[in-house]
Amino acid sequence: MTKYNLNHLKELEAEAIYVMREVAAQFERPALLFSGGKDSIIMVHLAAKAFYPAKIPFTLVHIDTGHNFEETLTFRDELAEKYGAKLVVGYVQESIDKGDAVEEKGVGASRNVLQTVTLLSTIEKYKFDAALGGGRRDEEKARAKERFFSHRDEFGQWDPKNQRPELWSIYNGKKNIGEHFRVFPISNWTEMDVWQYILQDNIPIPDLYFTHRRKVFKRDGVWLAAAPFMQLKDGEEIIEMDVRCRTIGDITCTGVVESRATTLEDIIREIAATRVTERGGRADDKRSEAAMEDRKKEGYF
Amino acid sequence: MSDFSSRAYLDMQLLRFTTAGSVDDGKSTLIGRLLYDSKAIFQDQLDAIEQASIKRGSDVVDLALLTDGLRAEREQGITIDVAYRYFATPKRKFIIADTPGHVQYTRNMVTGASTANVALILVDARHGVIEQTYRHTYIATLLQIPHLIVCINKMDLMEYSQEVYDNIQKDFEAFAAKLNVKDVRFVPISALKGDNVVNKSENMDWFKGSTLMHLLENIHIGSDYNHKDPRFPVQYVIRPQTEEFHDYRGYAGRIAGGIFKKGDEVKVLPSGFTSTIKAIDEYKSEIDEAYAPMAVTIRLNDEIDISRGDMIVAVDNEPQTSQDIEVMMCWMNERPMKLKGKYALKHTTRDVRCMIQGLDYKVDVNTLNKVKEQEELKMNEIGRVKLRTTKPLFFDSYNKNRQTGSLILIDEGTNETVGVGMII
Repeated sequence: MTKYNLNHLKELEAEAIYVMREVAAQFERPALLFSGGKDSIIMVHLAAKAFYPAKIPFTLVHIDTGHNFEETLTFRDELAEKYGAKLVVGYVQESIDKGDAVEEKGVGASRNVLQTVTLLSTIEKYKFDAALGGGRRDEEKARAKERFFSHRDEFGQWDPKNQRPELWSIYNGKKNIGEHFRVFPISNWTEMDVWQYILQDNIPIPDLYFTHRRKVFKRDGVWLAAAPFMQLKDGEEIIEMDVRCRTIGDITCTGVVESRATTLEDIIREIAATRVTERGGRADDKRSEAAMEDRKKEGYF
Repeated sequence: MSDFSSRAYLDMQLLRFTTAGSVDDGKSTLIGRLLYDSKAIFQDQLDAIEQASIKRGSDVVDLALLTDGLRAEREQGITIDVAYRYFATPKRKFIIADTPGHVQYTRNMVTGASTANVALILVDARHGVIEQTYRHTYIATLLQIPHLIVCINKMDLMEYSQEVYDNIQKDFEAFAAKLNVKDVRFVPISALKGDNVVNKSENMDWFKGSTLMHLLENIHIGSDYNHKDPRFPVQYVIRPQTEEFHDYRGYAGRIAGGIFKKGDEVKVLPSGFTSTIKAIDEYKSEIDEAYAPMAVTIRLNDEIDISRGDMIVAVDNEPQTSQDIEVMMCWMNERPMKLKGKYALKHTTRDVRCMIQGLDYKVDVNTLNKVKEQEELKMNEIGRVKLRTTKPLFFDSYNKNRQTGSLILIDEGTNETVGVGMII
């Protein structure tokens, strides 16, 4: 490689930092959506890099379904403290109590979809005009069509058929009052890029991503973590296994994979060999062929 | 992907390419082939499109469903919008901007082309160079994609004939001579059968060139960014105002061209003040030099008033500064561009307003003829346009620098991006 070339991680990093600085420059009240998963962790890390030695100019926003892996909450609070970032939490339970959202019933019930209601009311409450997310285009087919700067109307809705053209690295964040933008600085990263970057920069991540012993059960071909509020169907059985999370979201819809990976190198080797996508274990995407698109149109992450 | 060792990534380069062609040219099949042969399609994705294919009554797995992500696209069987796909080999990571090839979707092709290092132009070996080939090639050169690879596809249907291939190459070269094509390669392939895509074809011994994958992995992209003319559009001013960094004042941005070194004499536009570079910061470390497309923070030795939209350049190498700009404009919106129309304009990190002063001609993208005396530019049309801006821009020609030579127009009523311009 010649001297004036960046490797792909440096180039992706530069792109993400550029986009984050555009957000800080173009918007008045930007937020960074934080789920506690690895993508949002590297988002915080990138934001710290983009504005150093100044503090991250974004409020961290966590939409809490109440159905979490306990570890992610601890990790979230520590991370916010480490970077001196302001953290606000929107509770799905509050939306349910107020009657804005209705709890799903029965087996397979999840608060995943309800997060949209809480997310939009949190954006409205704090008057955020931009919300940075860790969504990646390689994750899912509707996400593959997403812009870096993605416009949301006054109802928080996405109109995938009528998106603004986005060329070069010129980002148009102009909007009317009441509208907002979702911004995806790591659009062009793949799962592999994320892990390589975590390894390269030695970024701390929750232990859930590494192998651990856990009570699990199998549903629709996917291993799910057993939790008190999850109902078992007939024939489903809880067993103990060595597993790790490939993604971390709401516990009711996050699959775990059998794994003995104890280091980042192990994880990278595992991903290189795997034949199933990262979201292959996400029950929320399996509800229909266009499940993600439908949720995104309503204002989902 | 199984060749990845966990540390091998340090030598990987990023290559962005765009594919121009319609479904009939076998574009989706080709992308499917590249993804499949490089093992970038996962089992659950394959299962999902298999299910979807069956639901649509198709008895073969339709690889187009991999890229057609939106409900409307699946229902209508057409691609509406640019889709991005990713795959990697041990040498490079690839980003494909997959753009629809229909006439009405010039705007999508332009979008996908704007960031690409390489354009794949698909030609059906049965039909040879057709109007659509002209259009795709014209747009690829207008957007200054540095490398073109002409994939002459469906060679299996022409008995892998060298004569067919030679004739198409000759036709293409004759036409390309009229355009500013920098680097063009040809590969005879069969995306369906896999000839010369990833693996060398046994059916075309006469072809001595590289396979498509070999080209994608090895084409030299190190010179695609401008490393000659130092340009640093200031994006954001970093002032921590903390005790520890009380006097810190850094100019954050991404290098748009050239190389900046610590100690370099620089000039700030528009003020014209000069200073020297005190430090180039990358997070917590100071680095000696920075080049495109690095995102860094520059500190200067003198206190000068600098804000977003200003540009730091070398003292002996300045961009053009003017309020009168001529561009090749591609119109992206249903409401046509009108003479004397006023728009918001974004160029690098600078926001100004502009008025359309003139439309010299429109380009007929199928014949490349110039059509004069036009009053408006409609969606998907391309023309040479004169703009007058409210404040000066600091720019280079698009040929010289894609970052400092590009701009977008925004409708001030709807806030939509309505036009994109390449500065002449």
